[in-house]
Amino acid sequence: MSRYMGTAVKRVEDPRFLQGQGKYVANLSLPGMAYVAVKRSPLAHAKILGIDSSEAEALDGVIAVYTGQDLLDGGASFACGSLPCGFTPPDIVTPAHNPVAVDKVRHVGDAIAVVVAESSYIAEDALDLIDVDLDPLPVVVDARAALEDDAPLVHDDVGTNLSFHWPLGDEDAVNEALSDSDHVVELEFVNQRLIANAMEPRACAAEWDPSSESMTVWTTSQNPHTIRLLLGAFTLGIPEHKLRVISPDVGGGFGSKIFHYPEEVIVPWVARAIGRPAKWVASRTESYVTDAQGRDHITRAKIGVNDDGTITGLHVTTWANLGAYLSTFAPLIPTALYITLLSGVYKIPVIFGESYGAFTNTVPVDAYRGAGRPEASYLLETMVDLAARRLDMDPVELRRKNLIPSDEFPYQTPVALEYDSGNYQGLFDKIEELSEYQSLRQEQEKARAEGRLVGIGFSSCIEASGPAPSAVAVGLGAAIGLFESGSIRVHPTGKISVFTGSHSHGQGHETTFAQIVADELGVAMEDVEIVHGDTDRIPYGVGTYGSRSAAIGGSALVKSAEKIRDKLKKIAAHMLEASVEDMVYDQDEGTISVSGSPESAKTFAELAFAVTTADNLPEGMEPGLEETSFYDPANFTFPASAHTAMVEIDSKTGEVEVQSYAAVDDVGNVINPMIVEGQILGGIVQGVGQALWEHGIYGEDGQLLSGSMLSYAMPRADGFPSIAIDRIETPSPHNPLGVKGAGEMGTIAATATISSAVLDALAPLGVTHLNMPLTAEKIHNAIVAAGNGGGE
Amino acid sequence: MRVTIEVNGQTHESEVEPRILLVDFLRDDLGLTGTNVGCDTSQCGACTVHMDGMAVKSCTVLAVQADGSSVTTIEGLASNGHLHPMQQAFWDEHGLQCGFCTPGMIMASVKLVDGNREISDEEVRHGLEGNLCRCTGYQNIVKAVKAGAAAMGGQS
Repeated sequence: MSRYMGTAVKRVEDPRFLQGQGKYVANLSLPGMAYVAVKRSPLAHAKILGIDSSEAEALDGVIAVYTGQDLLDGGASFACGSLPCGFTPPDIVTPAHNPVAVDKVRHVGDAIAVVVAESSYIAEDALDLIDVDLDPLPVVVDARAALEDDAPLVHDDVGTNLSFHWPLGDEDAVNEALSDSDHVVELEFVNQRLIANAMEPRACAAEWDPSSESMTVWTTSQNPHTIRLLLGAFTLGIPEHKLRVISPDVGGGFGSKIFHYPEEVIVPWVARAIGRPAKWVASRTESYVTDAQGRDHITRAKIGVNDDGTITGLHVTTWANLGAYLSTFAPLIPTALYITLLSGVYKIPVIFGESYGAFTNTVPVDAYRGAGRPEASYLLETMVDLAARRLDMDPVELRRKNLIPSDEFPYQTPVALEYDSGNYQGLFDKIEELSEYQSLRQEQEKARAEGRLVGIGFSSCIEASGPAPSAVAVGLGAAIGLFESGSIRVHPTGKISVFTGSHSHGQGHETTFAQIVADELGVAMEDVEIVHGDTDRIPYGVGTYGSRSAAIGGSALVKSAEKIRDKLKKIAAHMLEASVEDMVYDQDEGTISVSGSPESAKTFAELAFAVTTADNLPEGMEPGLEETSFYDPANFTFPASAHTAMVEIDSKTGEVEVQSYAAVDDVGNVINPMIVEGQILGGIVQGVGQALWEHGIYGEDGQLLSGSMLSYAMPRADGFPSIAIDRIETPSPHNPLGVKGAGEMGTIAATATISSAVLDALAPLGVTHLNMPLTAEKIHNAIVAAGNGGGE
Repeated sequence: MRVTIEVNGQTHESEVEPRILLVDFLRDDLGLTGTNVGCDTSQCGACTVHMDGMAVKSCTVLAVQADGSSVTTIEGLASNGHLHPMQQAFWDEHGLQCGFCTPGMIMASVKLVDGNREISDEEVRHGLEGNLCRCTGYQNIVKAVKAGAAAMGGQS
């Protein structure tokens, strides 16, 4: 019986956030600290003809102004290298990415020069005094247009805007299956550009210690060890053992804080160049034009379906916009995290998918919550809805006909993945019950009879979470293995420090991981502290993304706890003069006793102290009680979900009102239901945001038209109703906790669900498809067009 | 310019540049970094503080405009080591994840409920539309504000 696992323990990290004591990078103040600001390109594509910084340098309080060439040369600091790409499938084209542009700029927001000043206000003033002579070049913003012969080249030296072409599956077999199908439904659509908008803007600070020739970098990262590795091996060349990267409290990431950013090179470079600590904090405006963005696919898809509703095959071609440079994991997203997910929860005999990754004059695109999987899910669910409509079949019924049966796990899909476990029929049963699906349909029928535009959306989705078995990841092109570290250090008094390579930026690891360790060792949660986000304190770790922390980071801690228990059993056996095999570790009480004689019990604290006095240890045993494990998963975990929503559209304005939303998720065993529910709720609203409001819109000139919170429509508190939420639990068979990823599920399912509901509402008008976001304007135009005798 | 501003019950006389924002005065001059800055267009509400009893976005107030006023920040909300009922409610209802919007969200909520112990979901959702949260999806924030309102027992 566990005391904490499965319990909604209140979060231990909350008191500091509630009282304004969060330790965010922007709060850092070091003696003598200078402030860094970055001069950014106002144009999407231009030659840099000249930079005159003399006026800026003359401003009182300005310490220095540096250009891209200064960083490459090194001067009094390091010679900077190009920002590397961490996922390189075969034949990929990887152009250089200088931290500060040299010769030309490639997107609005590209760095041109760096100002260092005594205050952030002076640094901002100085930016305006830098005179940059830019010669505009032709611009391309659309991925497919970028691959046309006459498209302007984003990187002249590589001679192409095509970074990679990534095919998977048997295309001939798919074409044959489609030609044999009773019906083939085809659609071309866009999965629009999104902007992560973590509430904390990125920030970076650095301090150089000349006496030890070592650097400390504070950065808003989801994975400080990865940043240390890249700074050490590629961008600054600081020996890794002389480099400490700290990611303290980080205010949300959603993927956008995984990547190695130019400012993480610039700020430590400056700190050494001027011999003073330095800090840069992004304004929100800078975030919009420098944080890696998400999605942006153009896709053409064909699905085959027979009269009885059986899906026969799927063919997908996607043009993925990579932006101006390859962000750290950019090529991974539209390939191994996307094409491989195209089977969803369905048995589809044959699937072929391919993606073209193209450079454009836009902000780089990389992982954003879900990262490839929401794109796959939206695609598949949209196609399934269209197939159901073609057959005049209830969309849930068609889905049910194609579900992978519960007794067929592990299930090998035609697109490389082997699903670990699942109960999709159970999910469908529960969501139909929770959402009262049948009565929603009746309500809809009544509303339609009254001429109201009411729609019901449904989607079911799968996620490959917890990336990844290292051999698989590296085989596909990853530069590093994706295991995780977990150390448990038991202090002499029995108090415990836990060091995890996972990083919490809202996920609540300080609570969840303490629950795991406390249960594994039979101690009180209050006696366990979770330490993360500091490369000098924790063993090499990988970090948090892809819904990996519980399954991989948590499992590493379970492994370390097992080692601690084993050692304590040996000591107890020695003290009690019994054999190790007869020792019983009571994880409820935190005691070890001889089987059948509970009175012999030694407490955890007694044993921890015995390891420290070390005067009576078994022959050959070392003193001390600290164990480390590096857990490499056997497979991804495959959480699944089924969501429904009901919407009503105002036929005069096109405005969508979400009337109800229900979600059933299966994330395997649940460590803290309150936290898991919170993750799913937040994810759903982000997914709704994509479906209805959010859009990173670029003009033809490469200007980001939705470049502030005034024009980029973030979900607000008043946008939707209370969400009904429930779950089933199908444990993952291959990690010791039986957990699956929970962080991205809501987002993956919600986008497709809301889009499905809106298109269902518009179906009676003959509208077959509208691209997201499904804004009032877009819907209004579709309604008007339908009134004039046609769909879209 | 010389300003006198009472912050969390303590009076500060300071020399400030006329252009300095109240939030920068609080964070940089007084070291009260609990008030966060999430945007530069007054949309996100992360920087919300109380000024003479009103919830204001401190990125939109100049320090010189706060001259002679009384300001409360998130650091001044708990008293005698006890969380304010609204802070406690955010904790109890899991109304925060990354914590970055939380100080502003709580400061806005305290003024939103303003003596209304039975505030409705709709009133909370409407009242907090000027405070953005990217993590929670707002549902638990709504619960927290209602619980906080009840616990405040009609006090503002």
